Amino acid sequence: MAETLTGAQALIRSLEHEGVEVVFGVPGGAILPAYDPLLDSPIRHVLARHEQGAGHMASGYAHATGRVGVCMATSGPGATNLITPLQDAYMDSVPVVAITGQVATKSIGMDAFQEAHTWGISMPCTKHNYLVTTVEELPDVIAEAFHLAATGRPGPVLVDIPKNVLNAEMQWHRPGAIDLPGYKPSVKGHPRQVKAAVRLIHESERPVLYAGGGIIKANAADRLRRFAEQANLPVVTTLMARGAFPDTHPLALGMPGMHGNYTAITAMQRSDLLVAIGARFDDRVTGDVSTFAPEAKVIHVDVDPAEIGKVRTADVPIVGDAGVVLEQLIEAMDRLLDGEEPPAREAWFAQLRTWQEEHPLTYEQDPNGPIQQQYVIEKLHELTGGDAIVVAGVGQHQMWASQFWRFTRPRSWINSGGLGTMGFAVPAAIGAKVGRPDDLVFAIDGDGCFQMTSQELITAATEGIPIKVAVMNNGSLGMVKQWQRLFYGGRYSAIDLTTQVPDYVKLAEAMGCVGLRAESPGEVVPTLEKALAVEDRPVVVEFRVDPDAMVFPMVPAGASNDDVVLGPEDLA
Amino acid sequence: MKHVISVTVENKPGVLARISSMFARRGFNIHSLTVGPTEDPRLSRMTVVVDGPEMEQIVKQLYKLVHTVKVTELEPGETIEREIMLVRVNADPTRRGELLDAANLFSAKVVDVGATTVTFEVAGEPSTLNDFLELLRTYGIVTLVKSGRIALAKDQKSTTRRGRLRTA
Repeated sequence: MAETLTGAQALIRSLEHEGVEVVFGVPGGAILPAYDPLLDSPIRHVLARHEQGAGHMASGYAHATGRVGVCMATSGPGATNLITPLQDAYMDSVPVVAITGQVATKSIGMDAFQEAHTWGISMPCTKHNYLVTTVEELPDVIAEAFHLAATGRPGPVLVDIPKNVLNAEMQWHRPGAIDLPGYKPSVKGHPRQVKAAVRLIHESERPVLYAGGGIIKANAADRLRRFAEQANLPVVTTLMARGAFPDTHPLALGMPGMHGNYTAITAMQRSDLLVAIGARFDDRVTGDVSTFAPEAKVIHVDVDPAEIGKVRTADVPIVGDAGVVLEQLIEAMDRLLDGEEPPAREAWFAQLRTWQEEHPLTYEQDPNGPIQQQYVIEKLHELTGGDAIVVAGVGQHQMWASQFWRFTRPRSWINSGGLGTMGFAVPAAIGAKVGRPDDLVFAIDGDGCFQMTSQELITAATEGIPIKVAVMNNGSLGMVKQWQRLFYGGRYSAIDLTTQVPDYVKLAEAMGCVGLRAESPGEVVPTLEKALAVEDRPVVVEFRVDPDAMVFPMVPAGASNDDVVLGPEDLA
Repeated sequence: MKHVISVTVENKPGVLARISSMFARRGFNIHSLTVGPTEDPRLSRMTVVVDGPEMEQIVKQLYKLVHTVKVTELEPGETIEREIMLVRVNADPTRRGELLDAANLFSAKVVDVGATTVTFEVAGEPSTLNDFLELLRTYGIVTLVKSGRIALAKDQKSTTRRGRLRTA
């Protein structure tokens, strides 16, 4: 016998059917009906202090687990506060489903209380979105939303549900088969292109495997490694792909791009073949496109055909899932090699080693000087054995974390790459910790970023989500300061945050966390040890860091990757 | 260079907004866009005339929209293109005769006659419409409205290769 449910009950049951274990959200008028059946559901609700926090938590959860993250908000301001996390998830291809309440259908367009045109506002920052107008379609819409978020190129999907639809009654039915005639993501690469690719790879003398975030999205790190070893290819891992290939591997070149290391940047620049997998030739990677990797042919593997040829023409385009195509490449390479060794490429590897020796990532920690952020990151890595999920905000600390942490596993690095959302770290770390409670989750944040979303530490403290946050306090918007110093003649404009206010220790304690502070290099290790010893509460550790430090190497915006700036002296 | 694309989309609320929003967001220029139902009530067909060199990206980005079912770039010469326009021109009584003769040559229908103006309806190939407009300029065009182009490939063979790409 069919069961009569309200739209709200059908929504929660649909979420249960999708295997949702947690929803990050903030209730309010229009979404109220959905919060009632949530009380009777095994789904955990984490009450964020701001909808932006809820959105980034859902993203952090998805980044860390690979499952779809879910956030929920009310109409109007609740929905508009989700826009930043949605765009963030869209840029970084993160599977997120956002549920928003909407004013009743008869009030739509009447400028009702807390009305916003959520469907229209969220259209350009979601993979797809819905305005549900009848209660009967709810189960199908939720099933479609999860399908779209998780398959093909993952991304955020928003479902806007008017209050009367949530209150209306329906006969519960399980969703039917997904019916999306215009949505058929390619999974398998074209065999002829795969064959052409391995031939090109085999013949190349200076190849670089350019691994992007798609490797992690496709859970393909194991196959990436197998293929790199099989074909003897050096590997660069972009900001979104850190952890997709172990930094400790002899073939690893580390991160390319604006703040990448000299060898990774220059290897791409001088290569005769770029094998891009799950990467999108972002401007932060290519620098000036017209002078990027001028001698390189390009094999471009991506699940999204629109990425292929968008920035750089591909000689061999392959549309498909990174993991599936890698398997095809491995198989085709196996056949091509037929038991032989891959080309040794001795000259190329010798060149790469020379660059690595000549231009390693370096910094100096003066024992009597201010704390360097790189030192904190290295010590944290030592103390944890690298066994942590590192979450970063956006700016100098993010670049140093990416440069100096030795990543060895996928999903151990979570950051906002495409959108560059300051304030991402604290809520994303909370989401990651909820998804992987047994892992150590350590956010490395800047003081500017931290002040944008630190209120979510109240969420962490009250919900029992013991994350750790390192606040790199240089008293300024450090990356902006760096640019003003380098490109605006040192005229500092609106970058001063002050070092003293807020008092991060007191602020942490006020939010129910442990607050710690290290002011000199000698205090770094003992303070980190104290932080790591806390297990029952979130911890905030403030590091008073060098206010004048700058991130290098650097390819200035719009410059060619031939012109890597290794230090301030190069710009004189 | 203008290109004509035929886009078959699911007939769902907001699908026109999705397409036009995508064009705006990606910085692609729309010259004209028409939309209407097809032989299948579940589908609508849009004819979009676009300007610019980014055809491959436009086709791929169209496919990326979930409600897009098929995108075909129509090849000039392999395509039936039609447009309708209403045009009101100054029609001095002394020149009315020659104006009507000219209109006759273009199979333009007189749909409204005023004290000093005549309004024509013309349907046909876009180039024919443009030729007629050129001719009317000497009389003085008062108001012009065009429907935008509708187009159909002459047969399935004119579907271009990139028109068949699928999307994630």
